[in-house]
Amino acid sequence: MFKWLDPYAKPQVLFATLLWWQRGLMPLSIVVLLLGTIWGLGFTPADYQQGDSYRIIHVHVPAAIWSMGVYAWMAIAAFIALVWQVKTAQWAIGAIAPIGAVYTLIALFTGAAWGKPMWGTWWVWDARLTSELILLFLFLGVMALQNAFADRQTGDKAAAVLAVVGVVNLPIIHYSVEWWNTLHQGATITKFAKPSMDPSMLWPLLICILGFALLFGALTCLRLRTAILQHEAHRPWVRQYVEEQQDAKL
Amino acid sequence: MSHIAVFRATLERELKLLARQKADWVNPLLFFIIILTLFPLGVGAKPNLLREIAPGVIWIAALLSVLLGAERQFRQDYRDGVLEQLVAARAPLLGYSLAKIAAGWIGSGLPLILVSPLLALFLGLSAEALLAVVLTLLLGTPLLSLLSALGAALTLSADKGGILLALIILPLYIPLLIFASAAVEQAGFGLNYQAQLAVLAAMLCVALALVPIAVQKALKLNVG
Repeated sequence: MFKWLDPYAKPQVLFATLLWWQRGLMPLSIVVLLLGTIWGLGFTPADYQQGDSYRIIHVHVPAAIWSMGVYAWMAIAAFIALVWQVKTAQWAIGAIAPIGAVYTLIALFTGAAWGKPMWGTWWVWDARLTSELILLFLFLGVMALQNAFADRQTGDKAAAVLAVVGVVNLPIIHYSVEWWNTLHQGATITKFAKPSMDPSMLWPLLICILGFALLFGALTCLRLRTAILQHEAHRPWVRQYVEEQQDAKL
Repeated sequence: MSHIAVFRATLERELKLLARQKADWVNPLLFFIIILTLFPLGVGAKPNLLREIAPGVIWIAALLSVLLGAERQFRQDYRDGVLEQLVAARAPLLGYSLAKIAAGWIGSGLPLILVSPLLALFLGLSAEALLAVVLTLLLGTPLLSLLSALGAALTLSADKGGILLALIILPLYIPLLIFASAAVEQAGFGLNYQAQLAVLAAMLCVALALVPIAVQKALKLNVG
């Protein structure tokens, strides 16, 4: 496996591969997200209890699931950066963290907007809401730590350590709904049990979840490519690439 | 040198420093007491209200006073080159980190535990709740010291260390705060709080095993 993965640790090779992935993922994610949201917002039946306002689920649930998923990916990158000292994995942490922070913000904001008509309040100190808020702080902490050093490499490594340590929060968020029986409901979709949701509503939701994942992938490719260019600005191949881009524009 | 030799030597030195620079452990303690004194003044001297918020208040005061001293934990050794020498000599940093954390706990955690019964009385806690306060502090303050040492090690060479340390470490304190104040609250109602204590003990065990490794890594990357 390492023989197969090894060339991708080289920034130049990774840069080209990411460009290829980004070209595929970006349009695909937009198509899938459009399909999921239009289906979910326009063509699913209204909920018998919540009426039309449940439709926010098509943004809220995918963002919430992937806020944790993005953290997991960031932690994996951090682990690779710490154990195998892969430079590009270090840069990936900085590329991924802001995406995760925005996903977490979307989940919190749509949750508040959904909570107002359903629970009658914007915010409660419920276990899941609180731990999602902690997740946001963790993302922000990683970003702050990374930018706090005069030496950029020290910042990257320190952020990697913090990202790995912060993983303890993931199970807490995931199981918070079961441990503390508070206002937020339990999981509607699980891998093993039959979902407690009608298929006509479930399908657009699953498509949206896939769409958020694809968008995360596309944005990561884009941001990691930018990071590679920034870190490798002194290399000849970057200069050559930038000149080619400028020529193409002319 | 083995880990144990380094641990012993560092701990001995740190304890000597603590004994000679009394401000290092007196100031966090005074800070803890003053915060607790501010609450009755701030929310009014209402015994029932104070008793209700006491678990959270004691624990938040403990968090902050441990955090207060955390920034200076490795700073001196970093500035005068002790850390650099240790890294250059390939001395086992794990023993050094553990000794630093232990000394940090003796300096900032242990005094809190010793005065906490008195302060719990100020806030009108019952005898059961008082015992719970002491037990949760006993399990929780080592965890606070471990995590604050990690924060201090991570932000060692950062430009704005102090505030950044609070930003990255306070979120990690939250699970501890939840279980510890829940235990004290349960005890106040005369209920069983062994489950919360078990969770605290489990968190301490995991942190004790893993955090020193992270501290060692963080120290190394800051020294370069």
